[in-house]
Amino acid sequence: MRYLPLTSADRAEMLGVIGAATVDDLFADVPAEARLTGPIAGLPNHASEMAVERHMAALAGKNVSAGSVPFFLGAGAYRHHVPASVDHLIQRGEFLTAYTPYQPEIAQGTLQVLFEFQTQVARLFGTDVANASMYDGSTACWEAVAMAGRVTKRSKAVLCSGLHPHYVSTIRTMAKFTGDRIEFAAPRLEAEADTAGVIAAIDGETACVVVQYPDILGRIPDLAAIAEAAHAAGALLVAVVTEPVALGLIEAPGHLGADIVVGEGQSLGVGLQFGGPYLGLFGCREKFVRQMPGRLCGETVDAEGKRGYVLTLSTREQHIRREKATSNICTNAGLCALAFSIHMTLLGGEGLSRLARVSHARAQQAAARLAKVPGVRVLNTAYVNEFTVVLPTDAREAVRALADRRVLGGVSLGRLYPDAPDLACGLLVCTSELTTDADIEALGAALEGVLA
Amino acid sequence: MNAPNASGWRPEMGSAEAAPNQTASGDRALMLEEPLIFELGVPGGTGVDIDAPSADPLPALGKHLRQAIPPLPGLSEPETVRHYTRLSRQNYAIDLGPFPLGSCTMKHNPRLNEKVARLPGFADVHPLAPQQAVPGALEVINELAFWLIELTGMHGVAMSPKAGAHGELCGVLCIKAALQARGEDRKVMLVPESAHGTNPATAAFAGFEIENIPAGADGRVDLAALEARLGPDVAGVMITNPNTCGLFERDMKRIGDAVHAAGGYVYCDGANFNAIVGKVRPGDLGIDAMHINLHKTFSTPHGGGGPGSGPVVLSKALSPFGPLPYTVREADGSVRLVEEEDAASEHPQGFGRMAAFHGQMGMFTRALAYILSHGADGLKQVAEDAVLNANYVLRSLDGELDAPFGQAGPCMHEALFSDAGLAEGFTTLDIAKGLIDEGFHPMTVYFPLVVHGAMLVEPTETESKAGLDRFIGSLRSLARRAKQGDPALKSAPHFAPRRRLDETQAARKPVLAWKGDQGE
Repeated sequence: MRYLPLTSADRAEMLGVIGAATVDDLFADVPAEARLTGPIAGLPNHASEMAVERHMAALAGKNVSAGSVPFFLGAGAYRHHVPASVDHLIQRGEFLTAYTPYQPEIAQGTLQVLFEFQTQVARLFGTDVANASMYDGSTACWEAVAMAGRVTKRSKAVLCSGLHPHYVSTIRTMAKFTGDRIEFAAPRLEAEADTAGVIAAIDGETACVVVQYPDILGRIPDLAAIAEAAHAAGALLVAVVTEPVALGLIEAPGHLGADIVVGEGQSLGVGLQFGGPYLGLFGCREKFVRQMPGRLCGETVDAEGKRGYVLTLSTREQHIRREKATSNICTNAGLCALAFSIHMTLLGGEGLSRLARVSHARAQQAAARLAKVPGVRVLNTAYVNEFTVVLPTDAREAVRALADRRVLGGVSLGRLYPDAPDLACGLLVCTSELTTDADIEALGAALEGVLA
Repeated sequence: MNAPNASGWRPEMGSAEAAPNQTASGDRALMLEEPLIFELGVPGGTGVDIDAPSADPLPALGKHLRQAIPPLPGLSEPETVRHYTRLSRQNYAIDLGPFPLGSCTMKHNPRLNEKVARLPGFADVHPLAPQQAVPGALEVINELAFWLIELTGMHGVAMSPKAGAHGELCGVLCIKAALQARGEDRKVMLVPESAHGTNPATAAFAGFEIENIPAGADGRVDLAALEARLGPDVAGVMITNPNTCGLFERDMKRIGDAVHAAGGYVYCDGANFNAIVGKVRPGDLGIDAMHINLHKTFSTPHGGGGPGSGPVVLSKALSPFGPLPYTVREADGSVRLVEEEDAASEHPQGFGRMAAFHGQMGMFTRALAYILSHGADGLKQVAEDAVLNANYVLRSLDGELDAPFGQAGPCMHEALFSDAGLAEGFTTLDIAKGLIDEGFHPMTVYFPLVVHGAMLVEPTETESKAGLDRFIGSLRSLARRAKQGDPALKSAPHFAPRRRLDETQAARKPVLAWKGDQGE
């Protein structure tokens, strides 16, 4: 079998060295009733590479890939063009098949990448520091809430109504077990994010306010005002960025008063991949560093005085502190962080700014076209590359009808909020540099057809 | 004419231009130093061609428009490719040689996995696309779920956890939810001292108090001590099997029976599943939940630290409490996703959602390709070769390194050694750093905690006999040097891109980001 180098001769010789008659002698500690006598019945045996490829390709072929049709989905996962060199570089065996850099002398490649990544994320977010990544935006968001609790020694979190419902769901699930109180309300179909409502909910028991920026409907909350209100009450502002490309056009949350900034890095370098693996980004103020979860890479020197990098402040983590760790997290999103970092290195701030401008321009163009569809109105006054349209009918049905016409027209609010009938006519529409004139016209025409 | 030079006099020749082993660049042939991107790129540079539109963004952004471009360097494509290629060469990797980290299962990462994961129908598909547009993606999740259930002999599986530790959390939260459903509030979780750090960290997060389960002299859980501790305040146990000493817990079934009789649940840490996959079904041993590290047993790449994937197989007792979302295969063969909107009618006792979207799809495609490649017979051979390789290492080092459980019987897929017998002042760390010079990644060191100076060696089944022999030869040499007290070992590694790094300084004065353009 192609992944097993041992030959029968090898096995026989090795058994001789070990002094066992058969390999089953080495499994003697397994109780007889639990020891299977042959391969598990009812399961296929080994297959050639060719056969496996054929099987997987057939499954892949059943799916409508985003690049094959007009595509307008966002809602926490974004499609941008990833330069060809990114995928080549992350497939170098020295990156792909390396381990966590616990032996730093032979892992300076991984470690220097993490140091660069941390710096890029911190600068993008406008925070002092950032960690070496977490599983994804939603779990990073929960970890931020938990960290705010540790820092403020309070246990109530106020979630803005514009926070992604999966993120809300994740936080509420975890809070059931930690006893944290979570305040949350579903969003309303209003043109502006509900800044006043969030501020009104802050009190002396609030550990943090969690604000998505831009929010789930594409609106842009007033982070500076919310930060001021939070700080006045002794609470922290946690800003959540699900589309980092947006930060090419709007101000970094750290510069507007956010104490912790978390996000989803998937839109740069990582690709849609049907939901994972994604890339949790986590940045915060320097003074909170020792309360941060996740791995951290730091600069140091070696015995010859050469600059080098190591994982550091490990006493926060599970392998040292065990039950007293800041989090139980072990892995980071290694290879995804590398892909993000390479893409960001190719873009630079200049390229990110242009990317955001193009994505935004396409959104303006799409909004203008959809506003011409009878019965359809654009909700947002402000947006970057994702906005909400209000249809004269159920949006979830409309999305399915559009899919039948081979247009992936967006994410219905009914899919995200199945229990909120007043949101049922809302549709999230997202664009990027990949969106073409033909795509926008196809969406407009298909929607007209569906609504007719 | 012999003129012996007893005084050691040497002629004065004046200083040379450069000693022969110095270069002007600081590089040495293929050993290449590489600065940071911040030291290479200039603000305003970019390696991506984007024509920014002339349209004015102000109408839709107003006061939110940022004033300055993000302070991030951009490099051209040639500079970028060179930067990351040069960095990659400072990494050891499975592709280069043995990576014998105990409990990490650093097996070969097949390239077929990479190919199928990148098929557009898997890679370029949005998680919130209407289900009618992505039936094949849902089938992949369900097909992998089926295999995991069959291989473990369990009832259900939660596919959504993002990594092993996340899977542990899933299993522990299922236990907590099950207890709450019974109206019980049991406070204690029993965890062996030898457990991976994520076990107590996870249990603590879920609100449990951790108590230690002692081990017997044979390195396994002390069943009598465990049975004596069980009671109405004990929610369950977290057991790794095979355990972190590389030994199979013979009493696993009796442990499970005792825990169940006392009203608790058994969580099994599946990190060591590679030792028994295809040969033993943990479900037959009475466990209630087990996470599976797809990046260990099922060959998905470690990627320098992640991403992982940690599906959790569940017993009939715990399946009703599993998280959302999950897949269901209908009678007509189609697969649908069960999310929050169906929870009330189909999964009312589930404990909730653990993360956005549906799980680590990119790892599912890779793991499924691997499982289909091996099949039931191949996976059984995987476990057998993994255990054979570890025992070959164990026996080959008889008399060279102390193996605390080596005389009592065979190990499973990993061999455990201690630092007993090393010369005064010589440590496991010195042997590890010496292995680096020998051209290998060190084994796991100082874990498990129950053995002094632990060295845990897991070769995996993808190591050839010739590769093992080379590794054994190096480890034998290092063991002898450490016992004899060879001083050169104390300053190893000598040949790696870096010498030993000052971790104390890194922690005392953390420098976590480049600040070179901020006057620091």
